[in-house]
Amino acid sequence: MIYAAGIDVGSTQTKGIIIDQDQRIIARALGMTGANVTRAGANCFNEALKLANVKREDVRYVVGTGYGRYKVTFGDAQITEISCHARGAFYLFPNTKTVIDMGGQDAKGIKVGEGGEVKDFVMNDKCAAGTGRFLGSAAEALMLNLDDIGDLSLKAKNPVRLTTVCTVFVESDIMSYLAQNKKVEDILGGVHSAIAARTISLVRRVGIEPEVTFTGGVSRNIGMVRALEEKLGLKLNVSPDSHYVGALGASIFALERALAADSSLGSGLSSSTRNPELETRN
Amino acid sequence: MIVLVARDEAMTSTNHEHEHEVNMAEPIKTEKTSYQGQMHLLQKEIMGRYFDQLTRAAEKGEGKAAYMLISGNPVEIVHAFDMIPVYPEINALQLAVKKAALPFILKAEEIGYSMDNCAYVKADIGLFLGDRKTAFATIPLPSLILCNYVGCNVYLQWFEHLAEHCDGEIYNLDVPFLRDPSGVPSKEDVEYVVRQLEEVIEICERLTGKKLDWAKLKKIVAISGETGELWSKIKALTKHVPSPFDNYFDSVTMMAPLYCLRGTEDGLRFFETALKEMEEKVRLGIGPLPEERYRFVIEGPPPWPYLRTFRDMFAKWGAVAVASTYSTVGGIWEFGFKHDPNHPLESIAQHMLQWNVTNRNFLQRYEQIARYIKEWSADALVIHSVKSCRLFSAGQGDMREYFTKELGVPTLLIESDIEDPRYFSEAQLKNRIDAFFESLEHRKLVRDKQAAGGNA
Repeated sequence: MIYAAGIDVGSTQTKGIIIDQDQRIIARALGMTGANVTRAGANCFNEALKLANVKREDVRYVVGTGYGRYKVTFGDAQITEISCHARGAFYLFPNTKTVIDMGGQDAKGIKVGEGGEVKDFVMNDKCAAGTGRFLGSAAEALMLNLDDIGDLSLKAKNPVRLTTVCTVFVESDIMSYLAQNKKVEDILGGVHSAIAARTISLVRRVGIEPEVTFTGGVSRNIGMVRALEEKLGLKLNVSPDSHYVGALGASIFALERALAADSSLGSGLSSSTRNPELETRN
Repeated sequence: MIVLVARDEAMTSTNHEHEHEVNMAEPIKTEKTSYQGQMHLLQKEIMGRYFDQLTRAAEKGEGKAAYMLISGNPVEIVHAFDMIPVYPEINALQLAVKKAALPFILKAEEIGYSMDNCAYVKADIGLFLGDRKTAFATIPLPSLILCNYVGCNVYLQWFEHLAEHCDGEIYNLDVPFLRDPSGVPSKEDVEYVVRQLEEVIEICERLTGKKLDWAKLKKIVAISGETGELWSKIKALTKHVPSPFDNYFDSVTMMAPLYCLRGTEDGLRFFETALKEMEEKVRLGIGPLPEERYRFVIEGPPPWPYLRTFRDMFAKWGAVAVASTYSTVGGIWEFGFKHDPNHPLESIAQHMLQWNVTNRNFLQRYEQIARYIKEWSADALVIHSVKSCRLFSAGQGDMREYFTKELGVPTLLIESDIEDPRYFSEAQLKNRIDAFFESLEHRKLVRDKQAAGGNA
């Protein structure tokens, strides 16, 4: 049995996935990225190896992705998380045509082709509005745990209308609503609604075609899932592994390359996304 | 808007942070080829002479300086009076290329310029209010501030502000925007500009104390015509596969003599040399990169403070710009325009009105890019939007939509700045550029596979 790994070193968190040659996920690892990007990637990979109970040498190919991908120095290749999210979403939901990815500092929309490839994409520019960081700031201002705000937002009866989607100014906006005795859940309802609207207007630039798969750390927030679904008028694909989609896509690219390099193993996989030029071994 | 040139630094500056980067994914090695030929040496020599002339004017009072903007200017008239053309845009971009712009930008912000103001303006104003000394030249004070603010009303305020701080005489040339869908200026528009050029001539006569020598003007206009024609021939060569040079990153080297020395023998000689060199490259099948994998068209000016870094982001994918709108901000010659010595003022007016990209309407810009994509056989369009220049960048979101959705051309929109290093986010740019070429790589593989299947 051979294995392949994908390590997604994001701006906030590092995610690792190991899959076997039948594309089964056998380990998931998660850690904070912190200041030492290389170490974050290595720790995450080691954690995944331990969980998978797999030896390093049995992992034939490692693809790094995310902002820290060039610091995955133990990896064999780097691929942007844009390609990886498309590939990962396609693996989880083969009818995916559009990916909405919301991470720590990025929000992006990806138009996905028939084979899970990127046809077009848009990302937020120079502004963290519409990202996980915005929700983090809102949670902090309300002294709540980030994991709880999604559920709370669903209880909103009269969501407030935020005057800003700026991650910096949202705190003072929230303070002013608190001063007006607005309910926390109504404020959170407004926060989620504002971010959903902002993200949808971004993703519309590539066109929103069902099925739509929601990926990235923010996809774990049920309030954001509902807010997006309500505004889009359609149901989103959300997997329990949505948070790992970048790493998952990277691991699938890695497996394709491992199998392509070792043709004796045969390959039932499409090699269409294979880029031989990227196969620069350590 | 904007523009150009870089003595030699733009071509040769290295970016040290790059050398330490672990960069295993580079599909193609980016070491330089033997591209640094005679053309670059000649460019360095003649531009060096030009900058020395500026310094002598500033420090020894040799000659009178006329400040102008790059887009659609009447440099031929300035040369006819032996005045020295000075381009504040070039001052600004030279500072940016040498990574020296920020202190001047901050100085301008201290006196009240907004964060959102054009950083070309701020860098130049910051420089102007000091001793005007730079690493490339000392900038002379102007005798004439000739504001030909084609396509940019911010530049009007820029030159007015310069005029407030010196004794130079200001003249604002009002060049009507190309508003007719045909893209052709009316007879009245041409007459209106010609009348203003006559006023400019009167001012130059007064400032220099000599009458215009019409024979000399005609000769200069004839040289401009020949220079433009050579430039258009050079640009046509990038239709070849591989393209003999990068029509964006290398074109900026040729834009310097085109703008500063158009209408001079030095300028003409440079373009004769450049054409020969490029024809030779075509004959030998040499391009700017070891392998040409992608041909793209690029819209928008370059990020001068990080030009090399930016270039490497494309070079690693084997991507060569075969055409660029930026190389036409100072004039479009590739579609048949040529200065006519028999009608000097009319043809200068035509150039100002019709034959530079910044005075054109948006549909004409679309048309120009669409022609490049088709006639130069490009795979993709890259739009580099710059924060400084909202006039040039406004509408680029629609442009992206038009090319992706209407024409099916893979299009990438990225953003940084021409001048202000604070707006260059390397990680974000690299991410977008890499993802874009990853998706092009996929298309290429699928296409190759289909082609192979079709032949089987």
